[in-house]
Amino acid sequence: MNKIVIENLTLHYSDGTESLKNISLNIAANAITVLLGPAGGGKSSLLRVLNRLNDLADVEEVSGRVLLDEVDILDPKTDVIALRRRVGMVFARPVVLPFSIRGNLTYGLELAGERDPVVLEEAVERSLQQAALWDEVKDRLNDPAVALSGGQQQRLCLARSLVLKPEVILLDEPTSGLDPISTGKVETSLEELKKQYTIVLVPHSIQQAARTADYAAFFLQGELIEFAVGKDLFVKPRDKRTQDYIEGRFG
Amino acid sequence: MRNKATSLSWIEFLITRLVKASGYSAIVFVGLIFFFLMGEGLPALAETSLSSLLSTRWYPIEGYYGLLPLIGGSLVVTLGATLVAVPVGIGTAVFISEIAPRWLREILKPLVEVLGGFPSVVLGFLGVLVLSPFLREFLGLPTGLTALAGSLLLGGIAIPTVVSVAEDALDAVPRSYRDAALALGATQWQTIWRVTLPAARSGVLTAVMLGVGRAIGETMAVMMVTGNAPVLRLGLEALFMPTRTMTATIAAEMGEVANGSEHYHVLFLIGIALFLISLAINVTASALVFRQHKRSERILS
Amino acid sequence: MTAEPMTPAPRMARATSSASRLRVQKIGFGLLGLLAALTVLPIIAVVVYMIVQGAPAISWEFLTGFPREGMRAGGIWPAIVGTFFLTLGTAIFAVPLGIGAAIYLSEYASENRWTRLIRIAIINLAGIPSVVYGLFGMGLFVLFLNFGTSILAGSLTLSIMTLPVIISTTEEALRAVPQSFRVVSISLGGTRWQTIWRIVLPQSLPGILTGVILGLERAAGETAPILFTVAAFFLPRLPHSPLDATMALPYHLFVISTQVPGMPVQIQYGTALVLLAFVLSMNIIATVIRSRARKRRQW
Repeated sequence: MNKIVIENLTLHYSDGTESLKNISLNIAANAITVLLGPAGGGKSSLLRVLNRLNDLADVEEVSGRVLLDEVDILDPKTDVIALRRRVGMVFARPVVLPFSIRGNLTYGLELAGERDPVVLEEAVERSLQQAALWDEVKDRLNDPAVALSGGQQQRLCLARSLVLKPEVILLDEPTSGLDPISTGKVETSLEELKKQYTIVLVPHSIQQAARTADYAAFFLQGELIEFAVGKDLFVKPRDKRTQDYIEGRFG
Repeated sequence: MRNKATSLSWIEFLITRLVKASGYSAIVFVGLIFFFLMGEGLPALAETSLSSLLSTRWYPIEGYYGLLPLIGGSLVVTLGATLVAVPVGIGTAVFISEIAPRWLREILKPLVEVLGGFPSVVLGFLGVLVLSPFLREFLGLPTGLTALAGSLLLGGIAIPTVVSVAEDALDAVPRSYRDAALALGATQWQTIWRVTLPAARSGVLTAVMLGVGRAIGETMAVMMVTGNAPVLRLGLEALFMPTRTMTATIAAEMGEVANGSEHYHVLFLIGIALFLISLAINVTASALVFRQHKRSERILS
Repeated sequence: MTAEPMTPAPRMARATSSASRLRVQKIGFGLLGLLAALTVLPIIAVVVYMIVQGAPAISWEFLTGFPREGMRAGGIWPAIVGTFFLTLGTAIFAVPLGIGAAIYLSEYASENRWTRLIRIAIINLAGIPSVVYGLFGMGLFVLFLNFGTSILAGSLTLSIMTLPVIISTTEEALRAVPQSFRVVSISLGGTRWQTIWRIVLPQSLPGILTGVILGLERAAGETAPILFTVAAFFLPRLPHSPLDATMALPYHLFVISTQVPGMPVQIQYGTALVLLAFVLSMNIIATVIRSRARKRRQW
């Protein structure tokens, strides 16, 4: 089943940096879809379209449709606040808010008006469990979040988006600054999480893409070059450019 | 849930409007000030002939409204203040930003800020009680309440402005410029003189302009120590005589004039002149800063 | 890397020239140090001198008493109270307006012609001479709006004068908050205002406070804007309402140091010291808040 259907999506920034050219792509529910390709290829822009975070940037032109559960989220009447609660995002650099560990987690719920301490506590524990961080921080939830290590901070950021029980999680190179052990932990939690969520991942290496992908899409200069099920893209790429990239000839 | 969302968007809407209104209020205030000054000051041009305004005699009781002595007083005092504030201020800024070790900088910067916070009336008071008696003794003048006393005090008042703007400009010079100069074998002194200062020149120029603006607009200290003599004097000896600036004239006489009288309108006319001078200085200074930004952005991109 | 063969002659020439260059540098640094001392030493001298001269005048009676015998005796209580109310009144008008304008510039406005016009207006407000504010305040608040010479008219005049200081320091503090915090907050379903209210403002609070205090410090010490809008030459009672005139410390100091013959020097120094202490303590509080916040900051 497709959670997100992207039809003929075209996007230009006014400063002429990254752009997307006529992208059509289906993103399946309960699976990890990997978007890969060299920098500037449009992966991050696509992620930011999926929760309308690109509203913050200077977008000159958007056309096409992006259907989430068959509703077009590019429609100007879309409630973007509600959309962003349904579609969570984890960034490349772990950005912990200047609060305690607990404060980081409850922030999203408090924005939505949740005040019940029981609900908040339950959400904190659940999300930390899901992000495989609970055992490490359960005794110091009131410590400032900046005191955590880089790997822990990134899992906290993952947990922070899980608190809202989103339907889709977008991850933009979530392990780019992490050591192999932390990376392993994040990847393991993603394997768990895909049972409940739809995951779109921009991996930080081809190896990571190959390890995690249920579906893979290869982007080059704003175009979708190739889309494949399972590990096919890595094993038997159909396009020459995909093959060159996979074999490390550029990017 | 739906209610919550609508009330949220209402708050959002209201706050956006309020915040925007506060932003635009700055334009409204400048406009208000301008139109009020115009409304009260322009009638002076109808009531008083231009030749009277451009004469050398300011004696309102008998209807003489010659502005030249006041303009001259402002010029002399401001020029003197500039001669004090510019070398001392820029030298201090260079010392703080380029030479002083960290601990000294941490002491000097707040101290200069303290000077910026001195109420001008306190400095004027010290000028009357300490500075001008000293000048009278030291220079053998009939009175110490002179343009010189005003220049020295005003110089002191303008120094913090010059220092802080010039220091910001020097700080903004990229570290790599200095490193490159030093790597080529320049001494630290040569680096300051040939690389850092030239690179920061538009900021330093802004500092000088804002310092001058601060000096022209200063009122209380200068009124208290310059001896209240609206007489036009030119040449070096003007420094050692009492004088009267434009600002001091407004402060000294506005309290005693009848609303709507010719005298009242002329004082507002002086206000217009001061407003326009500060407008010219500040617009030019900000244009300089703006241009500098543009240039550095171009280099970086 | 290839080592160039070095001939002795140029090396010696360079050695002498670098010695003379260093001598120039030494002289230059000495000169600049002298200029810095010329800035800083008088400041210290003034503060010390004021304390030495003014301290003997300070007594409970001086601080809380009313002036007597044509201000030649008694205390300065009405002037202290007046300055306090003027500062408070200025804060009431200028703080919300200034912070609001700074939020607009930093968080909402896009860089267009109107925004540039706002910035130019702010720069101009900062440059207008204080006596011109006095003229304007008299024209608009005292006469046109008929507030009379009053605390209200004076506070409003001082507010407009203080506004640019508050706006520019607040905007700087807001912009110092990392952009990534805002993006994260928005991505978690926060509205723009929620993001400002819950993250940007709390994180920039020390910087904002510093700016507010520095602005009010300026208002508290100014004389020219209140000359024709509030100040009472001699009014030995406390103000009853915002529409009352009042004495104020800076104006009182001006009056007793230039307008009253036979004024005891001690009272003059005492008054000047109280004003200086009032203003400098605000300055010190602002500096302390700023440096403590810098040390504690988590980003």
